[in-house]
Amino acid sequence: MSVRRLAPADVQPKEFSFSKENAAWANVQVAKYPAGRQQSAIIPLLWRAQEQAGGWLPEAAIRHVAEFLSMAHIRALEVATFYTMFNLEPVGKFHVQLCGTTPCVLRGAEGLKKVCRDKIGEPGHVTGDGKFSWVEVECLGACVNAPMVQINADYFEDLTAESFTQVLDAFAAGKTPKPGPQTDRQLSAPVGGPTTLTDPSLYPTSTRLG
Amino acid sequence: MTKVIVDGKEIDVPPDYTLLQACEAAGAEIPRFCFHERLSIAGNCRMCLIEVVGMPKPQASCAMGVKDLPPNKDGTPKILNTRTPLVKKAREGVMEFLLINHPLDCPICDQGGECDLQDQAMAYGVDASRYQENKRAVEDKYIGPLVKTIMTRCIHCTRCIRFSTEVAGVSELGAIGRGEDMEITTYLEQAMTSELQGNVVDLCPVGALTSKPYAFAARPWELNKTESIDVMDALGSAIRIDTRGREVLRILPRVNDDVNEEWISDKTRHVVDGLRTQRLDQPYIRENGRLRVATWSEAFAAIAAKVKASSAKRIGAIAGDLATVEDMFALKDLMTRLDSTNIDCRQDGSAFDPAWGRASYLFNATVAGIEAADALLIVGSNPRRESAVLNSRIRKRWRAGNFPIGVIGEKADLTYAYDYLGAGVDTLSGLAGSKFAEAIKAAERPLVLVGAGALARKDGAAVAALAAKAAIDIGAIKDSWNGFSILHSAASRVGALDIGFVPGEGGQDAAAMAGGKLDVLFLLGADEIEVAAGAFVVYIGTHGDRGAHRADVILPGAAYPEKSGTYVNTEGRVQMAARASFPPGDAREDWAILRALSDVLGHKLPYDSLGALRQALYAAHPHMQRIGLIAPGNATDIQKLAALGGKTEKATLHSSVENFYFTNPIARASAIMAECAGLANRATQTAAE
Repeated sequence: MSVRRLAPADVQPKEFSFSKENAAWANVQVAKYPAGRQQSAIIPLLWRAQEQAGGWLPEAAIRHVAEFLSMAHIRALEVATFYTMFNLEPVGKFHVQLCGTTPCVLRGAEGLKKVCRDKIGEPGHVTGDGKFSWVEVECLGACVNAPMVQINADYFEDLTAESFTQVLDAFAAGKTPKPGPQTDRQLSAPVGGPTTLTDPSLYPTSTRLG
Repeated sequence: MTKVIVDGKEIDVPPDYTLLQACEAAGAEIPRFCFHERLSIAGNCRMCLIEVVGMPKPQASCAMGVKDLPPNKDGTPKILNTRTPLVKKAREGVMEFLLINHPLDCPICDQGGECDLQDQAMAYGVDASRYQENKRAVEDKYIGPLVKTIMTRCIHCTRCIRFSTEVAGVSELGAIGRGEDMEITTYLEQAMTSELQGNVVDLCPVGALTSKPYAFAARPWELNKTESIDVMDALGSAIRIDTRGREVLRILPRVNDDVNEEWISDKTRHVVDGLRTQRLDQPYIRENGRLRVATWSEAFAAIAAKVKASSAKRIGAIAGDLATVEDMFALKDLMTRLDSTNIDCRQDGSAFDPAWGRASYLFNATVAGIEAADALLIVGSNPRRESAVLNSRIRKRWRAGNFPIGVIGEKADLTYAYDYLGAGVDTLSGLAGSKFAEAIKAAERPLVLVGAGALARKDGAAVAALAAKAAIDIGAIKDSWNGFSILHSAASRVGALDIGFVPGEGGQDAAAMAGGKLDVLFLLGADEIEVAAGAFVVYIGTHGDRGAHRADVILPGAAYPEKSGTYVNTEGRVQMAARASFPPGDAREDWAILRALSDVLGHKLPYDSLGALRQALYAAHPHMQRIGLIAPGNATDIQKLAALGGKTEKATLHSSVENFYFTNPIARASAIMAECAGLANRATQTAAE
């Protein structure tokens, strides 16, 4: 981790306020907490603001959320800079979070990084067409399917340099690649199909799944 | 009470004590950085680790309560050790970690010589470092004109954040980022707006936050330290004046739990540069419309000629807001000898009258008593501007909960929530029936805080009577509790009223005197009043301010750090300010000027030393010799005041202080105060947009 700062002033939008739907949703979140404790809703609200602002948190959004919850601006800034899931700089339309923790590294995350560097650029850099950006993150908890990346809300797992390139190319072409393992593997089941408990007689007919 | 054994010594402590308090009660010394008695507990510096026998790891003693200790199976008291090898090793470890990222720039650090980290590294650290890697560097932040930041030195104790949020009541400082990259800053590096921000410099245990105006000015060991009393507001905060040679270099707070706890306002702290600029250092006489430098004897002769040529009825004197009791006593004495009753200390025209009794103009509840109060009604006052430290005491009480506050007068950000009742006097008479009225009626010890501004109007006496009546109606006057409290804004005011520095029989008040009905007018540092043309004005004072501009003769006096003098604060506490420095040039202490002048006028004052003057003062007003104590007012005075009645006008109530940073000539001469005022101005304008 390094020092996280707000994006430079020239990329910051001047204004931000919740859309009508988001404001209504935010009010529901605030209502979950007792009166006077509305500040507890800061994290979900910042998250929703990040979604609305296109994947990152402009300064105006932090200010807006602070005012929405009647708290000091600095208190909201503290939260926004503490959690790395809040992107303080603009990201691409498809933001790649590449897992660089040990299991993924052992299974070839370094190769995926090279793909990112070649196709997107340095971490934090947004491509000229505004489509891609990538960062390396700590473990995303899908080690059994290592190596993996998260693109926006979806996990793409069991990647190789080739399959990862295909995924990125598909996004670039405007398609929606299938999330999950990029091999013929079923979720996190063993590669190549089940290897144990395969005898059908183990299962009573009545409970056997179709 | 709970028994614990600290370093082999068994003591009994209240169960709500923390381990740190218990250890200190037993006489053990516990090092700490983040822990501070007047702030919430953070427990993040880990310097206060001690050994609790039965627990596998050292415990942060500041964050653990005695009542939270798991009891021993056999019922014996818990054993706390603060001097075992385990504790020593723990402290050494913490110190080593703290020093990993702390720069070794003590020789160029302003905190050097008074640094907690330096002291504790010497006492509890090891003599060498094992750290080979690069140190962290942090960008410095701009957080205002008063506090300089060298953020690489920060050890993340968060005292400054807790102070600004809890005590000052303005959530401006915060910690962004996390872990090693955590940084203390304001939102987008805006300047802090609190009037108490200077205190974060004292709180900072390292040199991360230092005083900007004092940067690289001096080392603590080359300063002479004089314990004195502040005169920037009527609270009379305890201060320490640090001087080198004749020059006052800085002002720091002293602990006085009855008055200012350990905080002082920025005006108190940073008015220092105002003591150097615009000073009057030699006598002046106005000739052909221009002031020219004169000798003392020339100046005295000019005054004597005018005084002798006019009748006693047409001579008067007005005392300013920074005058000491001794100076005013000597001036009153001189005026009496000249057979004049035209004296007044109430430049603002406020309606205080010593004849109403002392309780009618004191903060009867006392400052510490604010914490005992259980409801507060503020009338015509903005305590944040009039006395920022007292305001923090109100906030402290408010934070403790169950403290309804109502405000009549200006609607302002006071750093605590309140019910706004109305702007005018009629709100005060028509208080009954509102929800707040019920709350304050139900209170056991309600406090009615009346600002000096509420009485500084034509119908001031009627407003005072009305406020007194309201205080009686809501039960603020009881046998054991007098909640009728006047918050003055002038340091000299209560002392002046105590010695009766108000018009005598047939005498004129300040407004009449300044209105041009006199031949000779003495101004004892009176700069807050416009003197009309006509009178021959003798100005005894320190700064080239309004009084000096109007003066026909200027007699240069001593500012408050340059003389020993008595001040009586708003609660009636008699306090003695000490001399830390000397007046510049030919300037003299004010009482000595008056003594020398009296000789030339042919009415020699019978005291040749300050001691003799004080003897005369104490003979006339015995309570003045009880330094540090309050001679309480008589509650029946409030009844009498209420009975005075009178007709009030419709006009709205205002605070007596328009601009916090410009309340007296010293502050107006200070460039730093001007900068702060400019920033505050801009902040209000932005907020208004």
